[in-house]
Amino acid sequence: MSGVVVIDYGMGNLLSVKRGIEACDFNVEIAADPEKIANADRLILPGVGAFKDGMNELQERGQVEAIQKFVLTERPFLGICLGMQMLMSESEEHGIHQGLGLFSGKVVDIPRKNTDGVQIRKTPHIGWSALKHSSSRKDWKNTILQDVPENEYFYFVHSFMAVPEDVDNTLAVCEYEGLNITACVQKSNIMGCQFHPEKSGESGLMILNRFLSI
Amino acid sequence: MRNVRLIARLDVKAPNLVKGIQMEGLRKLGDPYEFAKEYYKQGIDEILYTDIVASLYERNSLLDLIKKTTRDIFVPITVGGGLRSLDDVAAALRAGADKVAINTAAIKNPKLITEVARRFGSQCMVHSIQAKQNRDYWEAYYDNGREHSGLDAVEWAKRGEELGSGEILLTSVDREGTAKGFDLDLIKAVTKNVSIPVIASGGMGELKHFSDAVLQGGADAVAMAHVLHYGLVTVDEVRQQAIRHTIPVRIPGG
Repeated sequence: MSGVVVIDYGMGNLLSVKRGIEACDFNVEIAADPEKIANADRLILPGVGAFKDGMNELQERGQVEAIQKFVLTERPFLGICLGMQMLMSESEEHGIHQGLGLFSGKVVDIPRKNTDGVQIRKTPHIGWSALKHSSSRKDWKNTILQDVPENEYFYFVHSFMAVPEDVDNTLAVCEYEGLNITACVQKSNIMGCQFHPEKSGESGLMILNRFLSI
Repeated sequence: MRNVRLIARLDVKAPNLVKGIQMEGLRKLGDPYEFAKEYYKQGIDEILYTDIVASLYERNSLLDLIKKTTRDIFVPITVGGGLRSLDDVAAALRAGADKVAINTAAIKNPKLITEVARRFGSQCMVHSIQAKQNRDYWEAYYDNGREHSGLDAVEWAKRGEELGSGEILLTSVDREGTAKGFDLDLIKAVTKNVSIPVIASGGMGELKHFSDAVLQGGADAVAMAHVLHYGLVTVDEVRQQAIRHTIPVRIPGG
């Protein structure tokens, strides 16, 4: 076992995630080595960028198999932003691309126009949005969001959004110009945040802390 | 309306935080990290560091500043000043920055905007425009407001969006450091012509200037320098002003 591992696949602001974990008093290693990834105590898949590039980078480094191996151990796994989107089965970002498939679901474009073709929202969705219980949730007990009060704000930066098939997997949504966006998913020990906990002030650190104590 | 972001803008001439008027006559104010930390405690939404000297020597100390900042400041950090290439951008991101603001290099080589957006995502590419009123239009300046480009700032903003910028940092050179309020006509002209977020910068001296920039100018975010550094207002007072004018903002603690 090798503690908390942040997967280095050449994308995203890895240092900030590392700092966030360190602020929770945990040792953390940024690693690309599939062996280290498969044997981590806790695994984090961060990322900012395009879905296809992300999957390619993971594949090229032999990290997809390492992640699949890790998941079988049922140890805690957290995907952040693109890292959460890659947990889905596929993405429609610039063509159809296969994801890690840990959740059944798709990643789709955040619509900018309404049915009449009028622009109603800007993308990327950049900024702080409040988390709300999803339609399947009355509370966040025993989840990664356990310590978070509803309506707390988190920092989002993205142009695409995940749509998991099973609504029970969606813990939280955020409303963006009239659209409910999947903000947080969890299926036993596999978790994902569309927002950046490492960039969301003290409440973001609370989520990292919870992840580290699971 | 989406939540309007409150951004602290820190102009750095290593190792100091500095502040000038209309980008000239710089005064040293202290350690930029300490200022950033104070704003983080006050609940700032984002930090923006601008290296106003942008020499090679300065670059390293700016990277050190970012690294130090990411240790205990957990909000998005944008870095601008002297970034000329994809390698410069990569170095800033590796140091812990989330976005880069590019002005001079984009004027000299507009393709850089596209290259940065393609490699790191458009959300990472902040198109910095320094605009100065010039008879009947606003002209884009570079080299920290010293050189003029001949470009119409509004047209340049539109072009930047087409090239792949994720947002625009719009600084009025005329108002910068004057505390006389934002150039609302400039902000309006740009926000009407682009569909990416626009950060209003340059001129805030009191709370009303903030709400004017949002309600009249249509700004998606407001960058504050002078007004915070000299303690004229606190982040929370700006937030209260937003709430009074039903401008949606992040409220830390829900």
